[in-house]
Amino acid sequence: MTEGLEALIRRQPLFDDLSEADLKHLAGCARNVKFDAGEIFVRHGEEADRSFLVRAGRVGLVVHGRDIAETAEEGDLVGWSWLFPPYRWHFDAKALTAVRAIELDGACLRAKCESDPRFGFEIAKRFLYQAHRRLEHTRLRAMDVYKGPLT
Amino acid sequence: MNDPWVPTPMTVREVVRETADTVTLTLDTSASPFAFAPGQFNMVYLFGQGEVPISISGHADRPDELVHTIRGVGPVTRPMLDLVPGDVLGIRGPFGTAWPVEEARGTDVIVVAGGIGLAPLRPMIYHLLANRRDYARIVLIYGARQPDQMLFVDELHHWRGRFDLTVEVTVDQGTEDWFGPVGVVTRSLARARFDADDATVVTCGPEVMMRFVVHEAVRMGVPQDRIWASMERNMKCAIGLCGHCQWGPDFVCKQGPVYRWDHIAHRFAEKEL
Repeated sequence: MTEGLEALIRRQPLFDDLSEADLKHLAGCARNVKFDAGEIFVRHGEEADRSFLVRAGRVGLVVHGRDIAETAEEGDLVGWSWLFPPYRWHFDAKALTAVRAIELDGACLRAKCESDPRFGFEIAKRFLYQAHRRLEHTRLRAMDVYKGPLT
Repeated sequence: MNDPWVPTPMTVREVVRETADTVTLTLDTSASPFAFAPGQFNMVYLFGQGEVPISISGHADRPDELVHTIRGVGPVTRPMLDLVPGDVLGIRGPFGTAWPVEEARGTDVIVVAGGIGLAPLRPMIYHLLANRRDYARIVLIYGARQPDQMLFVDELHHWRGRFDLTVEVTVDQGTEDWFGPVGVVTRSLARARFDADDATVVTCGPEVMMRFVVHEAVRMGVPQDRIWASMERNMKCAIGLCGHCQWGPDFVCKQGPVYRWDHIAHRFAEKEL
């Protein structure tokens, strides 16, 4: 089962260059999950004890209980609040279609990152990269570029 | 082209309402065939109101019609939303540079459009599809503010149904009945599959969006001399005389609006240009 997970994680660009040892370490905190369309599997304010690496389908990141701020698709990470106190979700995550994902146990990952800082840095780099890209996209979106008078 | 100073009266044959503030007008040119290259624009004169530069959004292989897609945002373009078949517009053109249909031959072609920027790119898409064998992968990435502000929705569905074209549509703001991606076009571009070192990227949309698109394309490995963008400036005479559209050493109406990125990249670092 764990070997299958390693292959699934390796298939995602975010982790395709992780060493075999680190991949095995990471997979030890992982499990396969599925969500039905319409299912809300992360709720704002609840304990953020997991992260999700989307394998298939589309997830809506919902703010204020209504607006979809962004969607996450194959290869995207959903949730990094497990890394930072007070470990609470800041959005809802809703499966817009049937979704397959790899769930990463936040407590398990935190413990491994604390005990092995080199591994921790490898993992943190990847989560930070996703956060960095999402920040870039958010900046562009905040400019509301399509409202201008381009003819 | 006729005398570039004198508008030619042309009759509106068809009006299609694209969105709440955008229409596509088809003008009848059957009496005098109209030739243009994808990417060029016309000066469109609404008698009694004024003249504005509008990109041509129709098929370059159909000289019996001239198509413009117009967003009503000002005193000239807003009344154009109310035009009906039989109304007459004055046309001067075509003007300006064209999309690199020849330079793109043999490469993957990535078309990135934002908002009404899809209109100037549509003739390029028509050309690519009409000459499909001349190009490798074709990827169309289209971003709009909201789902109800997307242009050419029926055509997007049609293109998406083809087996020889990848179409990715994304919106900045999702709605309850939207199940597609929500996010900026650069996010869709980063996910697109193509050979960056043998690709041609063409982009049109708000200038900020295009700069982000170019940044992403370059990050993916596309050389700057394989990227083209259509620039928007205040064109008036359209023949490079009046200076209203001057941008550095260029008049955008003449040296543009379509530019190869390595020719203009340095200008974005210059303040007040």
